[in-house]
Amino acid sequence: MGGEVITAMLTGQIRKDRRNADAPSFVLDVSLEVSPGITILFGPSGAGKSTLLDCIAGLARPDTGRIVVGSEVLFDSAAGIDLPAQKRRIAYVFQTLALFPHLSAEENVAYGLSALNKSRQRERVGEILSAFHVQDLRKKKPGEISGGEKQRIALARSLVTEPRVLLLDEPLTGLDAKLKSAIVDDLRAWNAAKHIPILYVTHSREEVDALGERVIAIDNGHVVSAGMPMDVLDAPRRKRLAQAAGFENLLEGTVLDLRETDGVMRVRLGKAACELEVPLGFAAAGDRVRVAIRAGDILLANEQPRGLSARNIIEGRIASLEPRGTMVIARVDCGVPFSVHVTPGAVRALELAAGRRVWLVLKTHSCHLVE
Amino acid sequence: MDALWLSIKLAACVATILLLIGMPVAYWLAYSNWRGKFLLESIVALPLVLPPTVLGFYALVAMGPHGPLGKLWIAFFGHGLAFTFTGLVLASVLYSFPFAVQPLIASFESVDRKLLDASAVLGAGSLRTFWRVILPLSLPGVVTAIVLSFAHTLGEFGVVLMVGGNLAGVTRTVSIDMYDRVQSLEYGQANRMALVLLMISFAVLSVVYAVNRRVWTPWAAKS
Repeated sequence: MGGEVITAMLTGQIRKDRRNADAPSFVLDVSLEVSPGITILFGPSGAGKSTLLDCIAGLARPDTGRIVVGSEVLFDSAAGIDLPAQKRRIAYVFQTLALFPHLSAEENVAYGLSALNKSRQRERVGEILSAFHVQDLRKKKPGEISGGEKQRIALARSLVTEPRVLLLDEPLTGLDAKLKSAIVDDLRAWNAAKHIPILYVTHSREEVDALGERVIAIDNGHVVSAGMPMDVLDAPRRKRLAQAAGFENLLEGTVLDLRETDGVMRVRLGKAACELEVPLGFAAAGDRVRVAIRAGDILLANEQPRGLSARNIIEGRIASLEPRGTMVIARVDCGVPFSVHVTPGAVRALELAAGRRVWLVLKTHSCHLVE
Repeated sequence: MDALWLSIKLAACVATILLLIGMPVAYWLAYSNWRGKFLLESIVALPLVLPPTVLGFYALVAMGPHGPLGKLWIAFFGHGLAFTFTGLVLASVLYSFPFAVQPLIASFESVDRKLLDASAVLGAGSLRTFWRVILPLSLPGVVTAIVLSFAHTLGEFGVVLMVGGNLAGVTRTVSIDMYDRVQSLEYGQANRMALVLLMISFAVLSVVYAVNRRVWTPWAAKS
């Protein structure tokens, strides 16, 4: 332990078959490298994110694979190594936080420090509670404090043990954006000194954007892409991932022709006469493809626009307008249904109403081919 | 009142012993993934459905001078087990076993598994997890187990009669004593005894229900 700077990387090759009577069989088969700093593990629910974390933490046992932190092997099916969770020194903050309800905040945080004497424990607990700005809650039980405070205590409890890796399973769900970013800032500040790999699980596109760190996208038990958020999420190659990443429009279509010199191809959507120009993908004329478009990437006009660089202008009729807080979802029927996000101000200015004729404007590169 | 004190002593011994052996058994039954677990569960529940006289009969045979337990006891202590207080305690432990184990299993099982996972990743082994997390969160179940095994032993009749007989101050418990008095038409005495047992049982069950309704929760917020 002590205060040495640990800069070990987490690497894992994990394969686990999950078979049981109540769920369809599912295979987790991933290989990942997590460097010091925050890495986001992103994917829809049921993609295998929590199973993966359980395997890394030692709460679930992979069928085969190898998990290494720095030079220490935590699990190696070939060599018969399987360090118990207690010995892995991997901190894990669960989605439910799992604070001990009968212990005070202070006792919760000191739980993992049983190897130290009382005065060292007090010192360390005091330090970490201050680092996460919850020093005033030391005597409170989890039932007496707010959601955000609980999340801070849970982080403090995990980190006070000086873990080699931190696993966070959607730890900040349910918090407002401001509170979330305040907690993440505290976490970043803490990790600036410790420099350990942090694997941050989320299925929220917003959180990925807010954290802006390296992303590993996982779906249906497999890593589907890894890299910076823009590269991973703005070019979705899988349908479920696309939906999770906030692509409200997922449209089936048939490739009409390829224009390779322009780097585009034309796709006819559904059986409708509605055509889209999309970036050239790995497809041939006649192939069935799926196109993903964010509702926020579509412009709406109340008369036919001219002189635009955007290549896709589609005529349609508003089917409905659904207010959602500061935003309105316009459902537009263009032969195929589109969802478009507009502001309440735009609804008023363009005098939008159900039944009104409108034109959708889409840039070619707002249309993403989905695998 | 000798009989009442004897009953209380018996019930206290049995409740203590059952708590000590009930906890590991209940822990195992609550957390084991063994496929044959249902067999042990059936054995634990057996005294619930078995007539006390049947249980008492087997216990008597086992403890008698020719029974396996009786022989072993004589070899170690030089005297038999049947018709002694110790014999009575042993038989009562068997008889009240489910009353201690089942509330413990139920309360261990109701502890959130994520808390156990959290304890493990924080470095605690299973014994520490048990003392620091499972047991404190199962306190209502522990109280229920103690109280029910105490109350159940206090009122038992068939097993005591079979194994202990009716020796004043040794095995004549309150229910046997009452039976005697009714037989000899001392209704006044019997009535007093019955009332005491009724009140004890009511008090004891009130404790169980209060604890389970969390009227007093050990970790309740201090205001």
